[in-house]
Amino acid sequence: MTDETVLSVADLTVTIGTRRGAARAVAGVDWSVRAGQTLALVGESGSGKSMSVLAATGLAPRAARVTGDVRLLGTDLAALSAARRRRMRGRHVGFVFQDPMTSLNPVLTVGRQIGEASEVHLGLTRRAARARAIEMLELVGIPSAADRVDAYPHQLSGGMRQRAVIAMALVCEPDLLIADEPTTALDVTTQAQIVELVADLQRRLGTAVVWISHDLGVVAGLADTVAVMYGGRIVEQGAVDAVFAEPAHPYTAALLAARPDPDANVTELVTIPGTPPSPLELPEGCAFWPRCSVRGDSRCERELPPLVPVSAGHQVRTFYPRQPTGEDR
Amino acid sequence: MTRFLLRRLLQSGIVLLGVTLVVFLLLQLVPGDPVRVALGTRFDPETYEALRSRAGLDQPLPVQYASYVGQALTGDLGVSFRSGRPVTAIVLERLPATLSLAITAVVFALLVAFPLGVLSALRSGSVFDHAARVFSQFGVSVPDFWMGIMGILLFAGVLGWFPPSGYVALTEDPVGWASHVFLPAVTIGLVTASILTRFIRSSVLEVLAEDYVRTAEAKGLPTRVVVVRHVLRNALIPVVTVVAVQLASLLGGVIVIEVLFAWPGVGRLTYDAVQARDYPVLQGAILLVAALFLLVNLLVDLLYARLDPRIRVR
Repeated sequence: MTDETVLSVADLTVTIGTRRGAARAVAGVDWSVRAGQTLALVGESGSGKSMSVLAATGLAPRAARVTGDVRLLGTDLAALSAARRRRMRGRHVGFVFQDPMTSLNPVLTVGRQIGEASEVHLGLTRRAARARAIEMLELVGIPSAADRVDAYPHQLSGGMRQRAVIAMALVCEPDLLIADEPTTALDVTTQAQIVELVADLQRRLGTAVVWISHDLGVVAGLADTVAVMYGGRIVEQGAVDAVFAEPAHPYTAALLAARPDPDANVTELVTIPGTPPSPLELPEGCAFWPRCSVRGDSRCERELPPLVPVSAGHQVRTFYPRQPTGEDR
Repeated sequence: MTRFLLRRLLQSGIVLLGVTLVVFLLLQLVPGDPVRVALGTRFDPETYEALRSRAGLDQPLPVQYASYVGQALTGDLGVSFRSGRPVTAIVLERLPATLSLAITAVVFALLVAFPLGVLSALRSGSVFDHAARVFSQFGVSVPDFWMGIMGILLFAGVLGWFPPSGYVALTEDPVGWASHVFLPAVTIGLVTASILTRFIRSSVLEVLAEDYVRTAEAKGLPTRVVVVRHVLRNALIPVVTVVAVQLASLLGGVIVIEVLFAWPGVGRLTYDAVQARDYPVLQGAILLVAALFLLVNLLVDLLYARLDPRIRVR
């Protein structure tokens, strides 16, 4: 625990005003990531995993109201002006979004888009920024970078574009890389390449990574710690080995059980019955209760379980933690 | 590029040929005998027959059409029934008035619509946005001739700042031209500005929701850079089309406004030609308008290729 904490989030709550009332997308979330480490935020769509990161870094939609304590490199982001918060983005935090088809500007060359952050944050000239962009394209493994620097996004394949986006995120050598489902829109072989690329760059640059994903397979190979989110709350978090080996929350266990096993000769995929709760009407008690296989008593329905430790650094939000038998997998 | 231009010019030629055919046939359907109208009180059977055969109107229709097109290719659009002057000259001498009015109106419209549309999109839901929406609603719903009359009453009548009507050539007297063009250009420009404001607003709003705008914000770029480089560059591509369509339709002459302000443009010419059943002039005016429309469209296509790297002219 001597490592420097890059980004920490405490009691983060995001409420989004909609026509049908206030939606609580994130409800009191705590997590942190240290230099060189990878935190995986895992959950279904709408669980609040992306929103918690966007809100922490000031990219939440305008209709969102964000409260909580967010510290980037020890600086309280809430205390900063909007302009200074903006200067932290790009310089200290880089972002890779889900779909490289839409996250690049179609009318600017990739080189220009990679270089522009370095012009703003590092004061590079246009020419120097272009040279830097070529360097970055080489770093992310794009062949003949000197030619590709002047290519437009539509001239690159999906995998190449995502590499360009990664180059863009890392151009100022940020302390933190936020990867919001960066492999979801890619085909499987390209996914693996992108995962390896990020892991490799992280080793070389010492960047902290927050990896947002619903893909447990990716997370298992990549993350140091994992936080499983459900209904805007963290339901389980801890070291990735501990959580995956001994999931204490029924939801985590169900997620792991739902992973298709390539060796097993299955005819039907395992699913979790029911649907996630709407952030417009989160239940008073445990949000997972209606879908829970353990479902003890009406206490779960009325009362929100606290996040309690099950072992060192491993916490779970349930009244009925699964016993660490290991035989469930 | 050259091949693209050649192909487009060929296409334009075919379209123009189609326009001549449609206009030619339409005019056959219009009741009333142009030669009789042209002669008026000077009518007597001999002159009537002479004029008819001189205009070729006693020939069968296909022959009339073929000779019209054949002469049009050499730049000869016939002779006015009314004045006896060549149509080509009559039509071309109206062009500067229409061009200068249309361009001034579009420039005025852009000066109003661009800041209004962009700002109301950037501050959507604000008081400014609502005010802009009321303005554009007003502009599209109030008839332009009424606005023109009100403009004349206020600025020419009460305030006496501008002449109520008339035209001075830009080449003769730029100041006189400017004071004469102001009222009609603003009247037309307000309508165009209202249409453009709405279009620019929705186009900018659409681009603001794009992922790459969030990417630009995530890079920590200053708002000005995000808006100008990432939002506007993309949002204005479709706007070019709308501006061009507006410009092209204004080049066709704004008949009501040109009549109201006694502006001797192509619209006024068309109106007078219809009144006088001066078919050669009417055909010539319509042909000119069609040619201008095609030209503007070609320019837009070329501009598109410059603005959007995904489009390459081939």
